[in-house]
Amino acid sequence: MSKMCLAIPGRLIKNLDGNKGIVDLGGVSKEISLAFIPNAIEGDWIIIHTGFGLEIMSEKDAFEMINILQEAYK
Amino acid sequence: MDLQKYRQPDLINHVIDDIKKHTASVKFMEVCGTHTMAIGKWGIRKLLPKKIKLISGPGCPVCVTPSSVIDELSKLKKVTIATFGDLLRVPGSSGTLEKARALGLRVEVVYSPMEALELAKQVETIFVGIGFETTIPGIAHTIKIAKQQNVSNFSVLPACKLVPPALEALIAGEETKIDGFLLPGHVSVIIGSAAYNFIPQKYGIGGVVTGFEPLDIIVGIKKLLENLDQPQIINEYERVVTKDGNKNAQAVMFEVFAVQDALWRGLGWIPNSGLSIREEYAQFDALKKYGLRITDIPENPQCRCGDVLQGKIIPPSCTLFDKVCNPQNPVGPCMVSSEGSCAAYYKYER
Repeated sequence: MSKMCLAIPGRLIKNLDGNKGIVDLGGVSKEISLAFIPNAIEGDWIIIHTGFGLEIMSEKDAFEMINILQEAYK
Repeated sequence: MDLQKYRQPDLINHVIDDIKKHTASVKFMEVCGTHTMAIGKWGIRKLLPKKIKLISGPGCPVCVTPSSVIDELSKLKKVTIATFGDLLRVPGSSGTLEKARALGLRVEVVYSPMEALELAKQVETIFVGIGFETTIPGIAHTIKIAKQQNVSNFSVLPACKLVPPALEALIAGEETKIDGFLLPGHVSVIIGSAAYNFIPQKYGIGGVVTGFEPLDIIVGIKKLLENLDQPQIINEYERVVTKDGNKNAQAVMFEVFAVQDALWRGLGWIPNSGLSIREEYAQFDALKKYGLRITDIPENPQCRCGDVLQGKIIPPSCTLFDKVCNPQNPVGPCMVSSEGSCAAYYKYER
């Protein structure tokens, strides 16, 4: 966990006081800061980098491109 | 969220077939080190027609950290240096932090700047502030918390870099003719896709913000080809990147830091591409607290990391690559960093 470049998706499993939260990173729980995404709620997928949530991932947007491509190449 | 959908071979092959219909000979630069690793890992270069060249840019913050940062830190006594692990084996002019630690330098590896702040509550601590826009807001937030909690033992060596001015310097330098950019996904989460609009407007070159799955990258290349005649910035990473980026993160970043010129290893001084700690937070500025200086020190003349970072050569063109220089014995920073171009080529494309 010491590599700085990597930002990875994780799931917010618990909101804590002080704009903090617990995320599940593939079975590993870690406390992170939600200072930049104060509207994140439990269940959201978020991008995490060096202990900070950077953005909430949109499930709808995530697969829109895939759906468009699948439609185009039918 | 099942991102395996971005790895469907059938879909990737369809997009590759579309790419093969284009006849232009082009050179696209992937700016981000994580893209470089993904391109290597997924064998994307081998899937593309030979007339499409992918070259790596300066998008690894470890690789562009000047050797004087290592030299200055190595001199410090009676203070603990907290750093991301990537920096440990980066060579300065006379050694690495890892070697200096073996000789008694106090170095702790941290995952987050907030861990460095916790360390500072026990011992005098300098956090090495390297990174691009993805990392900078977290460092800024930590400095704010240090002030709120009045942690006098904590300081940050500000060596962060801004990506758009570096891209402008590369384009304006005209030594690397670039026909389009694969733009960094996680830097763009913070700054937004609109931050690159100056590239098509001022230089007539297009760019696509992409994610890191194989389909993300392949579709990014397809979009660049489709828009060669009408260059624009396209956001193909809409699942996390917006047009204007994360305003909360930007606000914290510019509350704590001010823009200034910065020294990039291998690239020299680039105007408005770095950050200094604002006067209101000067007590946390390690440069002032310890009288440190970031200067341009000549590199090993045989190491061609500078040319690799500018896309002038690919790693195997360096005479040291895979001979003297390898991940066990890295000569330059591009071989040290897990996101470095030379490390990516060594691991996946020899």
